[in-house]
Amino acid sequence: MGELWVIGEPGPDGGLARLSTEVATLARELAAASGDDVVGIVVGAAPDAAAAELARFVPRVVGVTDAAIAERAWSTPAAARVADLVDRAATPPNLILLGAGPDGRDLAGALSALTGLGVLTGATAVTWTDAGPAVEMSAFGGKLSTTSGFTAGRGIVTVRPNVVTAVPAAAPGTVETSEASVAGHVLPAVAVLDRVSEAGAAAPIEEARIIVSGGRGVGGPEGFGLVEQLASALGGAVGATRAAVDSGWIPYSQQIGQTGKIVKPELYLALGISGAIQHKVGMQTAGSIVAVNRDPDAPIADFADLLVVGDLFEVGNALLERLRARPG
Amino acid sequence: MRIVVLVKPVPDPAAGSERLGPDGRLDRAAAPAVVNGNDEYALEAALKLAAAAGEGSDVTLLSMAPGSAPETLRKALAMGATRGVHVTDRALAGSCAVATATVLAAALRTLDYDLVLAGVDTSDGVGGTVPASVAARLALPFLSYAARIEPDEASGTVRVRRISATGYDLLEAPMPALISCTQVLGEPRYPSLKGIMAARSKEIATVSLADLGLDPAAVGGAVPTTSLLTATAPPARAATEVVRGSPAEGATRIVDFLSQRRII
Repeated sequence: MGELWVIGEPGPDGGLARLSTEVATLARELAAASGDDVVGIVVGAAPDAAAAELARFVPRVVGVTDAAIAERAWSTPAAARVADLVDRAATPPNLILLGAGPDGRDLAGALSALTGLGVLTGATAVTWTDAGPAVEMSAFGGKLSTTSGFTAGRGIVTVRPNVVTAVPAAAPGTVETSEASVAGHVLPAVAVLDRVSEAGAAAPIEEARIIVSGGRGVGGPEGFGLVEQLASALGGAVGATRAAVDSGWIPYSQQIGQTGKIVKPELYLALGISGAIQHKVGMQTAGSIVAVNRDPDAPIADFADLLVVGDLFEVGNALLERLRARPG
Repeated sequence: MRIVVLVKPVPDPAAGSERLGPDGRLDRAAAPAVVNGNDEYALEAALKLAAAAGEGSDVTLLSMAPGSAPETLRKALAMGATRGVHVTDRALAGSCAVATATVLAAALRTLDYDLVLAGVDTSDGVGGTVPASVAARLALPFLSYAARIEPDEASGTVRVRRISATGYDLLEAPMPALISCTQVLGEPRYPSLKGIMAARSKEIATVSLADLGLDPAAVGGAVPTTSLLTATAPPARAATEVVRGSPAEGATRIVDFLSQRRII
């Protein structure tokens, strides 16, 4: 039997990215069908904490220490270290799984170049067939749902957030450590001079279960106060359209859509959002879509589950009152 | 400052007429092509950097695309790029991401540049791995998710603000380097009438796999690393329930809806 690898990506404070716990859970599900063993791989200057976290989800984790990564952009040296492991493996892994966020994409691209392995990106589901992995993806802004495989039967897959719910394994796995190889792959280093946290950085939207999102109709930064209050009352994150971001009402990190992020929350509450295609492509797979809009003919009327026609401030404030009045 | 911008013609997302032909490939006749959105941000950043650097600066567009691409590249030339390089070859139909990166890297080996700029991803497949892959193949420093680009020709280095979950990381690397670009770099300009006129006579060099020293049997559609198994329209969402009434009624319906679906 072969192996399925999960690359643990760095999260906040030296820990593991939450997306990696979802990817690890998916890998366990696949291994149950393929008969392969799941191996987690964490590369970093001090990989222990993230490796221990990943071991809650998979039976075996290899932590690769590369001290130089402390002051370097992570993805390129991490790709080189993973490529070293591929070179050294008795049999190369059948699948290397990562998250479809910035770090996962950057690593996947470099790893594909170093190993020649094919890469399928932004998986919305992965299943195992007799011919190997079958990877579901969304193309052309969600107009097509495709399933693809690897011609060589093996490759690299990046997985979108919220494709599976992270569930720890019944028993924690083992962690072993490996020093970075000396004679391995080398890619040019990119120095990190500073890591800057910006005041008011909002909760990340990619992993949120509930997103309350505002568009042009919100009217200004003050209007986002109501969006934030509703998000807080629902325990969700704040999202926005490109129009709201371009107007400077809310940072780009919260932008959902074609040149922003693709999200799949359980609930998407859209306030003053018309639902233009550029926004729709980022949120159309949400579990439930609820919209509040003055215009009953706005495009969002075609794909929301529930459309409340009205002023977003009047309806939003009434909703906030009801949510706050709920027990617990 | 010499800059190459990687540009991909994609079906216009706003037109919404994308579909696959019987061969499982994009039916290009059905969907009008535009310059990929994130590539336009890369191009705008390149034009600003070239203008700031002054004399001797230029911006070259590099595109691997079917024969119809020059029409789309003209729009990017009209924004102010100096010239285009169009890699096209029948053998590239059905290429995978590995082939795309191989070919773009081979084409870049034939060009002179201080920086290569690319959009972080494309709107058709939303893969986002090609920039990193091209950089690794050329052993170029790779700086990604750029919100700001500050080259320093005196020291031969470039600084990039890379968007992070909580703010940004300030990256630095020697040039030449490859940078993936986001919308935060700034709104792309509209081509002026003068720019549109000038673009008509700008050079778009056509390059084949043979010109790049690549074997059509070893790269592209002949040896894809991935294969499309099925393509279907995703299931339509259920019909929309429309509520008209007072704000209080609307709010009450939302709370009931969320309770029914066990969201709250």
